[in-house]
Amino acid sequence: MWALLWKDVRLELRTKERVSSLFVLALLIVLVFVFALSPEQAQGAEVSAALLWVTLLFAGMLSLQRAFLIEQERGCLSGLLLCPFDPSTLFLAKFLGNVLFLTLVELVVTPLSLLLLGVQWSWALLALPLVLLLGIVGFSALGTLFAAITVRTRAREVLLPLMLLPLLVPLLIAAVKVTGALLAGTEWSGVWLRVLLAFDVIFVVTGWLIFAQVVRE
Amino acid sequence: MKKFAPFADNILPWLTCLTMLTALAAVFLYVPNEQVQGAPQRIFYFHLPAAWNTFLGFFIVAGASASYLWQGDRFSDLLAQAAAEVGMLFCTLVLITGSIWARPIWGVWWTWDPRLTMVAILWTIYAAYVLLRVLAGDNELIARYAAVLGIVGVLDIPILYVAVRLWRGIHPKVERMAPEMAWTLLVCTGAFLCLFAWLLWLRLRSLKLQDEIAALRREALTSS
Repeated sequence: MWALLWKDVRLELRTKERVSSLFVLALLIVLVFVFALSPEQAQGAEVSAALLWVTLLFAGMLSLQRAFLIEQERGCLSGLLLCPFDPSTLFLAKFLGNVLFLTLVELVVTPLSLLLLGVQWSWALLALPLVLLLGIVGFSALGTLFAAITVRTRAREVLLPLMLLPLLVPLLIAAVKVTGALLAGTEWSGVWLRVLLAFDVIFVVTGWLIFAQVVRE
Repeated sequence: MKKFAPFADNILPWLTCLTMLTALAAVFLYVPNEQVQGAPQRIFYFHLPAAWNTFLGFFIVAGASASYLWQGDRFSDLLAQAAAEVGMLFCTLVLITGSIWARPIWGVWWTWDPRLTMVAILWTIYAAYVLLRVLAGDNELIARYAAVLGIVGVLDIPILYVAVRLWRGIHPKVERMAPEMAWTLLVCTGAFLCLFAWLLWLRLRSLKLQDEIAALRREALTSS
């Protein structure tokens, strides 16, 4: 599994395609939102939180589109599957790769967006990375599963968001609620964190279990 | 499928007709007006059974999908597809009847009540499923993908329910019902279940025929 992950990481280190394009795209989405809303409107804690997560979802979708594309175009997926390991290992590698790339992008994009949106510094913001990570894990788990599905269909660009977005609604609601409270510095209930955590656990396990069925030839 | 065919072809249509007529009579002639809401409340007798059918559709899709992934039989696949399409139809009905009811009672066509939101999201999941079948074409690979979506979709429901419920809430809860109302609801539920089964059967049969046509065409092509 680590070898598979390392392969993707090394590929990325050489081209830097995915992270750099993701980074610029995420920044552009934030800018587009601010232009659409006017800077004053975009500065509330709730709106900022919504903006952060919508950015993450759409930028993440792009990252997922690419996750299996290289293997698919060169026909390497079949080669990988011929290797003597469980297909679920491939799922874990791809999933961790997505988590890694998205985390890297968010490490830069989030502070920058908060700066652009004029969010006041407070110690509560220190909990933000944890929330982001929980969100990224859930997103990547479902995303990796469906990216593997859509990469082998026609109309893959449309189908991935179409299948993924409705299923991600609980994650989005919970993440935006926690983030909004953190940005505003108000009280928030741990129940949203539990929803996030439950989402992560359910779909990492489901993805891991069901992935073999997806890639079976 | 064969064992069920005589019943579904000969009895089910009549049963659906009969129960549906009884349901209509019960809703419009038998049951009294609800005290607070008046006449608009009568749409509830169609609304609730349709909502149950929506969930029923989801569980049939998930069950058939799981069975397809494990056994790979064509029938489970067709059943899942038919159930998704019929389920989506009922989901649409829930949204429409709910909207018609909400206008006089809440004063708006739509509001972000948790159950409304939930049904709307379920509708998009159904839509994604049906679109996957339509856009991606029909082969064994897509069938397997659709099955994965069916299973993941049903796993999403409980967590979606919790999230949307915590998010906000004004949906009316039914506390106590007059016996006439309970009877009417029961008849309507029966009628809608029959309708569901019948539609499912019709769709299943047409999918099966499509399969046979495709097989015949292949045969003709190879022999000529």
